[in-house]
Amino acid sequence: MVEKRLISEKEVEHVAWLARLELSQSDKRLFTEQFNEIIAYFKKIDEAKTEGVEPTYHVIELVNILREDQETPPLPREEALQNAPKKEKGYIKAPKIV
Amino acid sequence: MEKIRSGELTAAECVSSIYERIRQFEERFHAYVTLTEDQALKTARQIDARRQRGEALGSLAGVCVAVKDNICTQGIRTTCSSRMLEDFIPPYSATVVERIEREDAIIVGKTNMDEFAMGSTTETSYFGLTRNPWDPSRVPGGSSGGSAAAVALDEAVLALGSDTGGSVRCPASFCSVVGLKPTYGLVSRYGLIAFANSLEQIGPITGNVYDCALLLNVIASHDPRDSTSVDIHRKDYTESLEGDIKGLKIGVPKELIGEGTDKSVVSSVWDAVYKLEEFGASYDEVSLPSLEYALPSYYIIAMSEASSNLARYDGLRYGYRAEGSDWFEVYSRGRRTGLGPEVRRRIILGTYALSAGYYEEYYMKALKIRSLIKRDFDRSFEDSDVLVGPTMPLPPFKIGEKIDNPLALYLCDVDTVSVNLMGGCAVSIPCSFVGDLPIGLQIIGKPFDEAKILRVAHAFEQNTTHHLRRPLLTN
Repeated sequence: MVEKRLISEKEVEHVAWLARLELSQSDKRLFTEQFNEIIAYFKKIDEAKTEGVEPTYHVIELVNILREDQETPPLPREEALQNAPKKEKGYIKAPKIV
Repeated sequence: MEKIRSGELTAAECVSSIYERIRQFEERFHAYVTLTEDQALKTARQIDARRQRGEALGSLAGVCVAVKDNICTQGIRTTCSSRMLEDFIPPYSATVVERIEREDAIIVGKTNMDEFAMGSTTETSYFGLTRNPWDPSRVPGGSSGGSAAAVALDEAVLALGSDTGGSVRCPASFCSVVGLKPTYGLVSRYGLIAFANSLEQIGPITGNVYDCALLLNVIASHDPRDSTSVDIHRKDYTESLEGDIKGLKIGVPKELIGEGTDKSVVSSVWDAVYKLEEFGASYDEVSLPSLEYALPSYYIIAMSEASSNLARYDGLRYGYRAEGSDWFEVYSRGRRTGLGPEVRRRIILGTYALSAGYYEEYYMKALKIRSLIKRDFDRSFEDSDVLVGPTMPLPPFKIGEKIDNPLALYLCDVDTVSVNLMGGCAVSIPCSFVGDLPIGLQIIGKPFDEAKILRVAHAFEQNTTHHLRRPLLTN
């Protein structure tokens, strides 16, 4: 077991909130325990010497791919809406935001 | 497959015989989430009619293909084995799907997987687990476990999987079939439901190396709809299978076959290396010191990318939607109910690694180690044509054995993730059995060296019989 807690239940709750993920009480406890074990393992990377090493976000040179700004037939409205769980009068129905 | 392509068997007969197998074994093994028999038969009859009229047919005419359920198929439910996408019917197809259909392949169904491809056992599927054809009490590997099991059970001739950290190679190894992770950028990811964009590729899962090369021929293409798709000349990979491996230099990285690897796996891999030596290759033990850090770095990067990718599941435009009084409640509650525990864990850990105060310590550090790993591979490939090691550090294990311990499961990916970090290619082929349990050999190549690793795989296969062994499927 990990002696010093690397992440507390309170922190797990906060990060879950950042991720917009509701947590049950039992998840909070279980995840905190599991995360402490996982993060302790992740900390192995501290040993690696990376001074002066550039990060690799992507293995290939990424370049912007541009195309002509031409009109193409859009997805028909019914098809675009077919997977929306709530819709009204041809629109997606969103919950109250403010 | 030759019989189908030559027309000795009609496409409709093929679909029927595949569905006979499905009816016989599906209840027990559960390789599929969705079956598409009616559509498959309809397509098959059209192909047969075209053949009768003497029309030219594609290179996969009448071949039954299983498609992993994170690859979009227009009009066919695509769930990612998640409750979140239980009813999602894509309005478009992935580029790879368009390409196999253009070659007259027939999609027979969508295969089971770990939810959102997060796992190595196919146990995290919302629709229930898949069983290993070689021993139904064991896992088939994952996350493309349904695709590998379908091929091993002859419930499909070819299959597509996706590989973010080993998800094609792991189940190929556990089910004794061939699985290739292509070089990053060789195959279009358009229509692949994203988990970790900088790591993943769609790859073939097949019964032998020739079929793997044939399917790769079809799916490897430049695609303007995927900005990471590389515009290079694609080869005929079936042609490159011919020829021997005399003079070929093999490196055996000690980091892949060292501590923590099951003894039976170590001896199987060395036996395979000696075999390759018999066929004319030479080998050397090599070292890639940074691989020691590959697994934690991989998980930090993959989880970080996942936390960002999966933010799209708000239940508005598609997906599971919960009831709630405002946007925050609908969004966060829908994700609690719509996503399984492993997916939720990874979203939270990824968010943590990217959050203020931890970004440098975890995410940035992992990206720097990724550079070191790439550098170690580049150096190795100056002296070695290919690198060889185990695909998995252990034989297929029991269902339920590791699922309650996430870290123990992550450790199973130790030999596969480095290839995704460096962006090269690797194939897993059957190389041995311990009792009735298959062991896979991993052959790793530098970026765009698929032709070479497939030639080595083919040389091994042609001179051994492991790939011919079939699971004992008593009823």
